[in-house]
Amino acid sequence: MTSYPTTWKRPPQIFKHRGWRIGLQIAVLAWFVLAIGSIDANWERIIAGGERGLRFVQGFLQPDFTSRWSDIRGGLIESLTMTFTSTIVGIAISIPIGIGAARNLAPRPVYYVCRSIIAVSRALQEVIVAIFFVAMFGFGPFAGFLTLTFATIGFIAKLLAEDIEGIDESQAEAVRATGASWLQLINYAVQPQVMPRLIGLSLYRFDINFRESAVIGIVGAGGIGATLNTAIDRYEYDSAGAILLIIIGIVLIAEYGSSYLRKFLQ
Amino acid sequence: MLSVEHLTKTYKTGDKALSDVSFTVEKGQVVGLIGPSGAGKSSLIRCVNRLVEPTSGAIKLNGTNLVGLGAGDLRRARRRIGMIFQEYALVERLTVMENVLSGRLGYVSFWQSFSRRYPATDVERAYRLLDRVGLIDHADKRADALSGGQRQRVGIARALSQEPELLLVDEPTASLDPKTSRQIMRLLIEICQERDLPAIVNIHDVPLAQQFMQRIIGLRAGAVVFDGTPDQLTEDVLTTIYGAEDWTAMRTGAAEDEQAERDAAREMARLGA
Repeated sequence: MTSYPTTWKRPPQIFKHRGWRIGLQIAVLAWFVLAIGSIDANWERIIAGGERGLRFVQGFLQPDFTSRWSDIRGGLIESLTMTFTSTIVGIAISIPIGIGAARNLAPRPVYYVCRSIIAVSRALQEVIVAIFFVAMFGFGPFAGFLTLTFATIGFIAKLLAEDIEGIDESQAEAVRATGASWLQLINYAVQPQVMPRLIGLSLYRFDINFRESAVIGIVGAGGIGATLNTAIDRYEYDSAGAILLIIIGIVLIAEYGSSYLRKFLQ
Repeated sequence: MLSVEHLTKTYKTGDKALSDVSFTVEKGQVVGLIGPSGAGKSSLIRCVNRLVEPTSGAIKLNGTNLVGLGAGDLRRARRRIGMIFQEYALVERLTVMENVLSGRLGYVSFWQSFSRRYPATDVERAYRLLDRVGLIDHADKRADALSGGQRQRVGIARALSQEPELLLVDEPTASLDPKTSRQIMRLLIEICQERDLPAIVNIHDVPLAQQFMQRIIGLRAGAVVFDGTPDQLTEDVLTTIYGAEDWTAMRTGAAEDEQAERDAAREMARLGA
């Protein structure tokens, strides 16, 4: 009778040689220690900052909604307007770009152009784009609207293109076999398959855009972020706390609202 | 009448799917296409409506050569050819009615199809066909709410709404149970007789093909190795189509199963006693 081994170890998958594995682990550890050492923390400043932090937290605990209410209200309306318009315009532009960036529908040259547009939009972070548009078009919500529209294009078009590439090809083949034109193919075979996800993504982008509107306001692109920035500059942490609470509240509502709607649509 | 002349298809990868295939299908004739997986059945019917581009040869439908047509002419040719698929290939999220009307896409403008405002004759025809396949009460349901057999009936109605001059049928019963398979085959044959429609049916179930087809073409490695009536399809012929090993393996497999069953029955009887 043959005897079989009673122990088994998972064979190494990536680095087959033991020396490589140990060397790599030592290298990563050394890099980490050196990197940590190079971050020089100013401890006096950190201790002094604790006091400011405490005031900030106290502002949160006693948020002041009233004394700056008209500013807050103005900022909120501006932010919501920016969010709404940029989401709609962004999606309207994303749809043709998304279709163009789907390998299974677009001819090669169109595909590369659309993919490049998406890559540019995704490579630039919102704050950087906002700084650029504020420099071009001045302070205010118009720069914010353009920034968010630009960011929405990269996000929606990329995910839409991926969804289109993942459709059930047999349905498209059947529609093509009836003698349908390209537009009819999109309308009858592609749209029904990607619509639920497109609606879900749009709602998701809506709440991302609202959150981003608060961030880009800090660099001058209008909205509730500008109001928040002003409050912090004036050391009015109680008003700042109120603004942050409102932002958290609206993001929560948008989050739950959109997840509920998405579930309903499936 | 459809005539396929010296049709050859070589894929970019170098795989030769079809080599020098020729045959003609008369009006009202239903032809079964049998052969092992990879013999080129699917490529052959897809070459006819050019979902797969033929490498060389000619495909003539009532006189027009479909090979080499430009985009617009190809669309007009495709709308004369109805196609029925293995996994039904209905647009799942559209209603049954929209699926049937989609057979008219080659005839209506984009705006008519986009706004779902089809001509009255198209709507009437769609209802008539749904009634014919026994699904008139399901017109407003979504296609994914139907069972397999019902979906294939919608697939048939969609193909017929094109008012086709030829039907291409790709493994119509492969995803269905034996009883539903027979019902679907019977429906297909009846419809082809009613309309004097020629049809090419890919089918891997040999007994089903022998039961329903008027003529059978056997493909092996992309070439026609048999063309005749179902009763000419002897065991020898099946061996040329499918290869000898498969048949003996299948038979010994069945014999082994039988032997095992007998052993099991004997064992049960012994334990019971």
